[in-house]
Amino acid sequence: MINYLIRRLGTTLITVLVLSYTIFAIVQIPPGDAVDRQVRLRQTQGDVVTREEIETLRAQYGLDRPILVRYYQWIRGFLVGDLGRSTSGRRVNDLIAERLPQTVALAVAGLIITYAIGIPVGIYSATHQYSAGDYIANSISFIGMSVPGFLIGIILLYLFYKWFGLSIGGFFSVEYKSAPWSWARLQDLINHLWVPLFVVAVGSTGGLIRTMRATLLDELSKQYVMTARAKGVPMRKLLLKYPVRLALNPIIASIGHIFPYLLSGQVVIAIVLNLPVLGPLLNTALTNEDIALSSSILLIQSLLAVFGTVVSDVLLAVLDPRIRFERGAH
Amino acid sequence: MIPQPQVRHDQAPVTESDLLLQVRDLRTYFRLDEGMLKAVDGISFNVYRNRVLGMVGESGCGKSVTAQSILQIVPKPGVVQGEMLWHRDGQTVDIGGLDPESEEMRAIRGNEIAMIFQEPMTAFSPVHTVGNQLMEAYFVHGKLDEAEARARAVELLDLVGIPAADRRVDEYTFQLSGGMRQRAMIAMAMMNRPRMLIADEPTTALDVTIQAQILRLIRRLQAETGAAVLFISHNLGAVANLANDVAVMYRGKIVEFGTVRQVLKNPQHPYTVALLQSIPGFGYRRGDRLQSIRGSVGVPIDPPDECPFRGRCDRFDPALCGGSMPASVEVEPGHQVACVLYEARS
Repeated sequence: MINYLIRRLGTTLITVLVLSYTIFAIVQIPPGDAVDRQVRLRQTQGDVVTREEIETLRAQYGLDRPILVRYYQWIRGFLVGDLGRSTSGRRVNDLIAERLPQTVALAVAGLIITYAIGIPVGIYSATHQYSAGDYIANSISFIGMSVPGFLIGIILLYLFYKWFGLSIGGFFSVEYKSAPWSWARLQDLINHLWVPLFVVAVGSTGGLIRTMRATLLDELSKQYVMTARAKGVPMRKLLLKYPVRLALNPIIASIGHIFPYLLSGQVVIAIVLNLPVLGPLLNTALTNEDIALSSSILLIQSLLAVFGTVVSDVLLAVLDPRIRFERGAH
Repeated sequence: MIPQPQVRHDQAPVTESDLLLQVRDLRTYFRLDEGMLKAVDGISFNVYRNRVLGMVGESGCGKSVTAQSILQIVPKPGVVQGEMLWHRDGQTVDIGGLDPESEEMRAIRGNEIAMIFQEPMTAFSPVHTVGNQLMEAYFVHGKLDEAEARARAVELLDLVGIPAADRRVDEYTFQLSGGMRQRAMIAMAMMNRPRMLIADEPTTALDVTIQAQILRLIRRLQAETGAAVLFISHNLGAVANLANDVAVMYRGKIVEFGTVRQVLKNPQHPYTVALLQSIPGFGYRRGDRLQSIRGSVGVPIDPPDECPFRGRCDRFDPALCGGSMPASVEVEPGHQVACVLYEARS
């Protein structure tokens, strides 16, 4: 088990290293850079920009040095916790710190809701195959999977405003937006949170219901289920001990891809619902060719995704002795 | 030339008090989109204490469904009808009338009647230890002493010939070989000292040397405990070795029934004759062709009321075989055949 963990962490480290360079390089692929943008902006305003000024700006952002040097500086800064400066002039650290907690909170809460709803409904669906409840669960999960979250967000915004006169965008009402923390502010946050949560989780929940149903149906027809029944094990106890337990394996493996999906899938939804999370910030950073900001956000998101995968792998090894013995014992 | 299987000779006389299970007109049907699949279609037989009833036939004849019906664990959408009178200590329960999920049925399952399955590879859960699954058989029947359950599990694993049983009990089933798993399965079935053991093709998935060991083990345990055994197999040699009586099944019906000697030495039904001719034996010489039965069993969906074997029968006679399913006829005491050839004679 220890061996397995060490090996797993080793491969993770290499993954992250390759990933960080890839992100840094890809972000710079579009032609032009932040300085070009600024120059163009000033030229449209009638300014004359001299060659020397451009060179100074380039040197100021460090754009005159080769990419490997800039990557080294960026990643070294990242390791000591200095993410550099955004083209807006603010420190990237501050920009991200403002939004990271909400982002992670929303993704984790979304993950919890996805599992809390998806697993029981999936179990019900599989054990009551072709019943009315199964058909209803299936239809809802299909709708959840196929209708994009931002569309559901827009519809909810419209309906809430039309029926209740409520504005449900953002995390806070206007009066609490910059107020200090208090019970009333927390209450306000909770009131606002469930709509984005619902919108963020609906797609992954639908997918999870489908996966759970399919894998459980598969497990239910396996021989060990009949063996357990022949022993006299009551159906409910049997269900939870054997097939559900085994059907959970692929579900746990899915943490690794549901979690990043929740993180990055938020971009459009967050723009529509006006949520102060990382998604919209990344979007503007990319359009402004703000390399320091966009590559930092992307790297943080990737780190969280890789972390999710490691967590799911370790959980799998703990839950399934076959994985433990195959990869760890020798 | 029909090979002559060895037949066991310890035939104790059957008495009424040894009667354990009476199956009467058992029908297990599956309603499918294509029609009604009659997997078991009106069979009757008795199971006696201290006796082994062998059930033979090709794959798809309804042998396994018969076993599952007795335990009421037929998969959906199977429906079990008919009478299955289970006798215990002067009390009689009709298993056929019990709800599969009822406490009464569960108390019989795995406790009074236990079952050994065909696939030792998949019949255990891969994520629970051998001991966990053995002890569970103990716990679900109200015996809750942890230490006692473990002691019983180790004792049985040792009894069925698993070396270092006290260590193996904590291992996972994928760490055991196929033969060892089948032994563990037998140990699991014996946890509650059942009065009847159903062995559903327990040796089919194993290689030949292991098969012989498993058969010897079942015979030994049967002799030691005096349990009744319903032994399902398409291996006629194994049946000859183990069984006292034989029921030959074809397409959900019992077409011939009698003692091992009667059925295997003096087969009457054309299907039994054909089955016996299709085993290679010592009687064959180099160059002799092995007989086979042409065609296949087929799936009995909405089967017409006629002899199920007529399409493959060597002795098919349009003049005789046109009518409905022939009734069982006793050709000698205890030896019954459901074939029109004998019906016409009597």
